[in-house]
Amino acid sequence: MSTTNYIGKPTSRVDGPAKVTGTATYAAEYQVANMAYGYVVSSPIAKGKITKIHADEVLALPGVVQVFSHENVPSLAWFDRSYKDLVAPGGSPFRALHDAEIKFSQQPVALIVAENFELARYAASVLRIEYQQEDHETSLETQRAKGYEPGAGKTGFQPPPAPRGNPDKAWEEAPHRMEAEYVHGAQHHNPMELFTTTVEWRGEGKITAYDKTQGVYNVQQYLTKIFGLKKDDCRVVNEYMGGGFGAGLRPQYSAFLAVLAALELKRSVRLTLTREQMFSFGHRPHTLQYLKLAANADGTLAALQHHALHETSQFEDYTENVVNWSGMLYQCENVKLGYQIAKLDMYTPLDMRAPGAASGSIGLEIAMDEMAYAAGLDPLEFRLRNYAERDQNVDKPFSSKKLRDCYHQGAAKFGWDKRTQAPGSMRNGDGKLMGWGVGGGVWDATQQKAAAKASITADGKLTVSTATGENGTGTYTIMSQIAAETLGLPIEAVTFKLGDTDLPESPLQGGSWTAASVGSAVQSTCAALGEKIFKLAQKMDDSPLRDAKFEDVEFASGQLRLRADHSQAVVLRDVLQASGEAKLEADSSVMPNMVKQNGYSLHSHNVVFVEVTVDEDLGTVHVTRVLNAVAAGRILNLKTARSQVLGSVVWGIGMALMEETVMDHKFGRYMNHNFAEYHVPVNADIHDIDVLFVEEEDDIVNPLGVKGIGEVGMLGVAAAVANAVFHATGKRVRDLPVMIDKLL
Amino acid sequence: MNPFTYSRATAVADAVRDKASHPDSEYLGGGTNLIDLMKENVARPTHLVGLNKLPLADIETLPDGGLRLGALATNADTAWHDEVKSRYPLLNQAILAGASPQLRNAATNGGNLMQRTRCYYFYDLATPCNKREPGSGCSAIGGYNRVCGILGTSESCIATHPSDMCVALAALAPTVRVSGPNGDRTIAFDDFHRLPGNQPEKDNTLEPGELITGLDLPAKGFEKNFSYLKLRDRSSYAFALVSVAAGLELEGNTITDARLALGGVAHKPWRDQEAENMLKGQPATEDTFRRVAAKVVADAKGHGSNDFKIELAKRAIVRALKQAAEGNQHAADVFLNSNP
Ligand SMILES: Cc1cc2nc3c(=O)[nH]c(=O)nc-3n(C[C@H](O)[C@H](O)[C@H](O)COP(=O)(O)OP(=O)(O)OC[C@H]3O[C@@H](n4cnc5c(N)ncnc54)[C@H](O)[C@@H]3O)c2cc1C
Ligand code: SF4
Repeated sequence: MSTTNYIGKPTSRVDGPAKVTGTATYAAEYQVANMAYGYVVSSPIAKGKITKIHADEVLALPGVVQVFSHENVPSLAWFDRSYKDLVAPGGSPFRALHDAEIKFSQQPVALIVAENFELARYAASVLRIEYQQEDHETSLETQRAKGYEPGAGKTGFQPPPAPRGNPDKAWEEAPHRMEAEYVHGAQHHNPMELFTTTVEWRGEGKITAYDKTQGVYNVQQYLTKIFGLKKDDCRVVNEYMGGGFGAGLRPQYSAFLAVLAALELKRSVRLTLTREQMFSFGHRPHTLQYLKLAANADGTLAALQHHALHETSQFEDYTENVVNWSGMLYQCENVKLGYQIAKLDMYTPLDMRAPGAASGSIGLEIAMDEMAYAAGLDPLEFRLRNYAERDQNVDKPFSSKKLRDCYHQGAAKFGWDKRTQAPGSMRNGDGKLMGWGVGGGVWDATQQKAAAKASITADGKLTVSTATGENGTGTYTIMSQIAAETLGLPIEAVTFKLGDTDLPESPLQGGSWTAASVGSAVQSTCAALGEKIFKLAQKMDDSPLRDAKFEDVEFASGQLRLRADHSQAVVLRDVLQASGEAKLEADSSVMPNMVKQNGYSLHSHNVVFVEVTVDEDLGTVHVTRVLNAVAAGRILNLKTARSQVLGSVVWGIGMALMEETVMDHKFGRYMNHNFAEYHVPVNADIHDIDVLFVEEEDDIVNPLGVKGIGEVGMLGVAAAVANAVFHATGKRVRDLPVMIDKLL
Repeated sequence: MNPFTYSRATAVADAVRDKASHPDSEYLGGGTNLIDLMKENVARPTHLVGLNKLPLADIETLPDGGLRLGALATNADTAWHDEVKSRYPLLNQAILAGASPQLRNAATNGGNLMQRTRCYYFYDLATPCNKREPGSGCSAIGGYNRVCGILGTSESCIATHPSDMCVALAALAPTVRVSGPNGDRTIAFDDFHRLPGNQPEKDNTLEPGELITGLDLPAKGFEKNFSYLKLRDRSSYAFALVSVAAGLELEGNTITDARLALGGVAHKPWRDQEAENMLKGQPATEDTFRRVAAKVVADAKGHGSNDFKIELAKRAIVRALKQAAEGNQHAADVFLNSNP
């Protein structure tokens, strides 16, 4: 048998064939008998009250089964805490169809259930609802003065650290200074797959919900608390997902409504949101950032202030870590960080890929560019002079940090030394203005508690399972790699199962912690199974391993053998067959090793080099070249990891040049709520993207030494594009996206 | 989307009769616009007359040297037709600058002329819109109007016609052939689309029930000196913020004939014949182009978020005329991205 060393290799996706042949089943594709179809009716107004719902007119249509609204929803859980999911921010979660009150435009106000989808959709279009409208406030600009510091309501949120040094004085006294405000608008996740829940009615109050979610356990606990169901009676399944990006972290109102209808009607129900309704819930918030930096004559940072304000809803305090990164990415003794949110009549924002850091790195990394220019320094050189060896926010060393290598290797590969500093000083072969910009960032390397189970049958087939999610990131693949390598099996012999509350509990898929958390659980479970196999191997007649200890053996190439002497080996399948056991099983649960981690700051880093060309007359920008150098611990799979970074870069280019959900404040409503008008990059916008990993050895972050790769690649991309545009044109655009009109 | 019946016509007369006998009916070409509008409940026909079996998919040379484009020929087949590529490369470029290959494969020439505006408010029933619901008000005025017009707007509507193909057609000046309950007639292209005035619900001058059967292009195709320049918020698959179709005839460096039309700026593809006349007899220099560009936008009016279109249109006109004069534009064989 050939090698079974898979970790680090560019293994192709194990779920690829199922996806391209259409056998991978998504939430909207589960076929169950006697299904009814739901369609959500959304509010046209942003604030007010429903005064009348003419449900009778719609119920008269043959085939319409029911119209659910606040008027007929059964009494459900009473307290807010029952509606809190695992990642709910502070406040009072939104409850669909709870009362007559309208809190945001596109709020779900009724659910039509009919015998078929088309009829439900039609009924929704003719349902007359009367509203009493009230004045709404949706503009963050007008609410600046009403910003406040939120409490620590949400898991993972950390209020900014206390100021250090004397940033105001240091700024006043420094030779080089800058201050500026940076803005970006709201952005919606818009995964390709629409939110869907197919609820299978299993009789006697039992359901299975096939739901688009990044965390089946989160949805299960949410549903069971609200509807008073027993866990066994509420199974939640999500085996495949057409993208999440954070949109599926919190249980969606569509899941609540579908389950409500199924339980009331005692019938299977499917509910899919429309693309327009994909703009009706969480999003990356519109954010205003103010930065004030100063540099000493030697190019070291004298002072750094970073303040951010973003929107939240009237009912929840959405928080993300926007400014904290600025206190740890660069060395600076005088730092003040501030963070506020302001309430608006809209839905609560929601974590979107690298929440907080993606926004914060726009402000910080454009400001660093401005500061470098003010100090007369190359922007990369300026970063090198301010390299942070310790995390000054918590005053701890990093468990590992090879950002300096990223700077050097990235710059060399990009050819940064050929850059001339003056704006407008470089042109490409066609004589077009060309600009080179740099940016980057820092992201958390987190591990969460996770459990897994594994079983191996006499024919040597291994099944490993845990209820994590698969956003499309490559989870199936890397977990199969870890399992195969741990037990020395060919990857084809491994089946990995996920996304089902019948499986051991894993955290939500988010925060770039899946590889570390679930990967550690898979490794530990497979090792536990290995120990059982080892004991059986010792019992075999004439076993060469009879006197060995478990630490002395290794699993490789289908064998169990002595590390010191590979000729002392048994074939795994022979062990299983000789044992007479049909199946061996093991399970385990892994927690982060807090004792080991406590003395360190655990983070991944990146730097992005960007080339743009700009048509100076017409204001068009093309990102012709990007190099993203990433230090994120050990890379489990070069191919899927690279894909994560490529996707991040594409996303960053979108953020820089086109992505923005535009609100008409008169209506308090997002207006470009479709894919024709909400622009994300298309193929023609994307040119060369290069990814470089600087691997770090780190046994502190977790036993696997991985830091996660799903989000770090986004950091600084948008800023680097904006910086490159400045380098090309001399125009400093501080409100993203950089569209044609801002360069005319 | 409301329930509707559907019939498929195989002869023009049947299609016209079928439509006339159903009060709330619509013709259905490729469906790339109408079906979307039905899903959004902007259009609520109770009957659709399917046109795709009509014998109107041909493209044929006319005795006067012109070219007839069937109303049911797809945008893709039209763009890639040999005669179009060699004699009307401006049209080839404009069609290929629009939508996506999938859409162009389905979209028909008739449907392209008839496609409705992309004004956000027109598409969203939660907001007033005079074009969708006459008398309800125009939300784009004072609202988010980045995609709206700067020329020929009215107090009741500032929407634009979104087509790329039609901008090239405006420059090439074909006649539109129509059949209706009262017989056949032709309409000069420039008279086909209209300005909003106080009837923004009317996009064009078709009479109720009339069917477009084809377009007759005149012989002159400006195949040597032309340019279609489209500026948009991403490199492909986005509607034009501003587009320019330019065609020149030159003797030496002197302009002897000129065509100039703009997209993304008005309720109709905006051909400016005065500007064309200004070009004639002039040297093909940047100076000339600047004067002409200034003239085209002299009466332009911004509405806030689209103010930039005035300057952008000016610069785009200069660039397009320059490219046309240089004469190194070609019909696309493979659609390479030729964005500025
Ligand atoms: C996402 C998206 C992006 C797009 N981007 C662009 C772009 O960048 N540039 C661009 O130019 N276009 C773009 N389009 C629009 C596309 O070009 C039009 O939708 C298409 O040309 C319409 O043709 P159709 O045959 O599908 O029309 P249909 O949808 O079938 O019909 C449209 C209208 O025309 C009427 N009609 C159709 N045929 C006739 C006829 N023969 N006589 C009378 N009435 C008729 C119908 O009744 C209907 O009212 C885009 C469309 C989409 C969906
Ligand atoms: S510009 Fe025209 S289409 Fe847009 S809202 Fe006003 S009336 Fe409607």
